[in-house]
Amino acid sequence: MAVRISAMPFDPLQELASAQAGMPEIQGKIGATAIFIGAMRDFNDNDDVQAMTLEHYPGMTERQLEAIIAQTRQQWPIVDALIVHRVGSVLPGDTLVLIAVWSAHRSAAFDACRHILEELKTRAPFWKKEVLTDGERWVEHNTPA
Amino acid sequence: MSIKVRYFAGLREQMGRTEETLVADGIANVHDVWKCISQGQTMAETDNIIAAVNMDYAKPDSPVKDGDEVAFFPPVTGG
Repeated sequence: MAVRISAMPFDPLQELASAQAGMPEIQGKIGATAIFIGAMRDFNDNDDVQAMTLEHYPGMTERQLEAIIAQTRQQWPIVDALIVHRVGSVLPGDTLVLIAVWSAHRSAAFDACRHILEELKTRAPFWKKEVLTDGERWVEHNTPA
Repeated sequence: MSIKVRYFAGLREQMGRTEETLVADGIANVHDVWKCISQGQTMAETDNIIAAVNMDYAKPDSPVKDGDEVAFFPPVTGG
């Protein structure tokens, strides 16, 4: 399992390809790969959003994400999981998060991927501050699924 | 006892600092730490403050000991 916090833009499909290249031992064992890619929108709460800063709590972030994956493994028979999350200055269209889950069958892959995302949104210490046309504001809550 | 206190996001801006070292006696839990750094406010009086002790989520009555790192922050909004 891997967790990575990136202060630089990243290409989610490249992250996925390098993760899979790094674990040849699971090829043939995994029948399903589920991925979620979250990107920054240029609108929120009826306002245009020009840019965003993502703050986090280094150390606690990794600790919480690793705990989420470990707990997910207890619930579903997954083979492996990857979380990559962006921090720092972000522009609309930039990838914010990649979650990949590998398992023998599709059901566990889909369910575990969704579970990791929802847990991340509740537990991982990240905070978004939006740059609007007329100032800045902290995002106070995540949008419903 | 000495406690490292850290602040994040909107709360960090409100406090005007990212961290401080609290040296005080009689601190037993997270709520005691909050009262010390907020001029006696109770956590219930302050909306939406979340706490962590040594990078694990904590409650107002979670114990705190010498050398711990206690963080306060608003609800998280990642993903």
